Amino acid sequence: MAAPVIEVRDLYKSYGPVEAVRGVSFAVEEGEVFGLLGPNGAGKTSTVEILEGLRTPDRGVVRVCGLDPQESGDRFKERIGAILQSTNLPDKLRVKEAIELFAELYERNVDTDELLKRFQLDEKSTAFYKNLSGGQKQRLALAMALVNDPQVVFLDEPTAGLDPQVRREIYDIIEDLKRAKKTVLITTHYIEEAERLCDRVAIVDSGKVIAHGTPRELKHSSAGSTRIEVRLARPLANGALAHIDAVNDCREFDGSYVLHSSRPPATIVALVKQLESEGNELQSLEMFSPTLEDVFIELTGRRLRE
Amino acid sequence: MTAPRAANETRRAKAITATWSLTKVRMLLAMRNRTFFFFSLMMPMLFLVGAVVFIGRHGGFLSEYVLGALLTVTVMGSFWGLSVQLVTFREQGILRRFRLAPIGAGPLLASSILSNYVITLPTLLVEILVCRWVLHIHNWGNPWAIFLLITFGSAAFSSFGLIVASVTNTMQETQLINQLIWLAFLFLSGATVPLSEMPLWIRRAALFMPATYLAAGLETSTTSRVNLVDLGTDVLGLAVALWVAFEISRRLFRWEPEAKVPRRAKLWVVVAMVPFFVFGTYENLYGGLLDRIDQTLNFHSIAAKHPERPAPQAHAEIPPQLSFPR
Repeated sequence: MAAPVIEVRDLYKSYGPVEAVRGVSFAVEEGEVFGLLGPNGAGKTSTVEILEGLRTPDRGVVRVCGLDPQESGDRFKERIGAILQSTNLPDKLRVKEAIELFAELYERNVDTDELLKRFQLDEKSTAFYKNLSGGQKQRLALAMALVNDPQVVFLDEPTAGLDPQVRREIYDIIEDLKRAKKTVLITTHYIEEAERLCDRVAIVDSGKVIAHGTPRELKHSSAGSTRIEVRLARPLANGALAHIDAVNDCREFDGSYVLHSSRPPATIVALVKQLESEGNELQSLEMFSPTLEDVFIELTGRRLRE
Repeated sequence: MTAPRAANETRRAKAITATWSLTKVRMLLAMRNRTFFFFSLMMPMLFLVGAVVFIGRHGGFLSEYVLGALLTVTVMGSFWGLSVQLVTFREQGILRRFRLAPIGAGPLLASSILSNYVITLPTLLVEILVCRWVLHIHNWGNPWAIFLLITFGSAAFSSFGLIVASVTNTMQETQLINQLIWLAFLFLSGATVPLSEMPLWIRRAALFMPATYLAAGLETSTTSRVNLVDLGTDVLGLAVALWVAFEISRRLFRWEPEAKVPRRAKLWVVVAMVPFFVFGTYENLYGGLLDRIDQTLNFHSIAAKHPERPAPQAHAEIPPQLSFPR
């Protein structure tokens, strides 16, 4: 089995008395999109900036493409691309100038005109950085991250603060990277981002990885069950649906019955049979899969955005 | 070619390419920056216009003196602009984006110095030409010496600015330290007030300042076809200052706004002063820089007051080539 492209073992980082990263470990395989999901202040940015070589760890082992980011200098930097959470470019630098400048700094680089087209920045190529919208700035940051055709791409909160439309555009770009078999490490506190983009996710809280796996595995491994909301033609006595197959919990809210089921198909079949036998009718049925947010709440007792 | 040697050459070639790429962009940015434009191009021009108007009314030996002073102030201005720019870049998080790219602090700092130098040259040229044609200074001095002093001076003062940027944390701190150093450079180096007019202790203290070597060197080289060897202390002082200051600014360089000034920073700043301590001590004990400054000024003064007299002997190295405004 090939060595992981990113390897983090027992990583620690403190800022004075604050322990930002407390024993984080994970590995990312080649071509994988790996997410660090957690609330603000969980230690995601510290972890990713150590991986980018921007911060020095207090303790632990970090390898990216087999290289130590702290020791390998330019050889390491040639192989990575990154979007930083807090960064900027000079206000009066034009889009094309920025991309061309960064392309010239690398030994290996891609066609900058092609890059401008791919990120829909060709019409803005002569615009000053200060005149770009938030989405355009983020697309430029992505283009600059890919200017050296990197083997590994680090994206630190790539869609934070962007409107939903722009966020979707960024998702499309990241999905392109996934198709191009780039190894991507993404940090986010958006559930949908982690679920949609990531092959595997590590949930981070208070500087520790509290769970990891594919989004599906994480959701399945949790006790969080599928929520089924039904409306009936005739009301039932309280708790009448609680004994249906695989139902863990049943409550009534404003005329709707909310069932939590560990095996939704079995529950639905049993529900329909029971209603038929009682001469009742199903008016509506909605199913909600458990999300990573449910997993996070179950593990920490808090919401991700709290 | 051995592998390590080839790797070194590749690294050097990469550093040169990176420096040039950054220099081009830094020049573009500077030309688009109104503040930079004002302080680096407009301010020297305003000084020049002021000098032309003042000397037009008073004339005398000042017309000979003014070119050296103007060039000195413009070259020293490199100190001010670069420190402010570097701190701005660091505070705005621009430097940390560059940190991800395969370039070190060296090419980044070298590009600042180089771009500043290239942009300052036209201003200096305009000053020389205006002084020649408007103030009727007939003497071209020693152009090679002027070029050398301008080159080393601009690079050295840029490096001093980069050191200030590295040891300060905020723009306010930078501005404050810049003001203090700038005032000392401006008024104690002979660039604006001739050192000959100063009390002896200030004259002696001035010998410990890099600005004095620039001012004295430019004063002499703009007014006489002085031999380069006679400006040895001035050129060497600035060259050593450039080398030491650049190396120190590279070592103290901080990419991140929150990165703390290392404890060794104060020590390095002291190291930056060592060459001038050595030069200052030497000049105070054995050198003839103060004599040369006095003689140059007296020489202009006498020549301006008594144009009918034959040129007096200023000092051994200078007189035969000097010309006087008539």
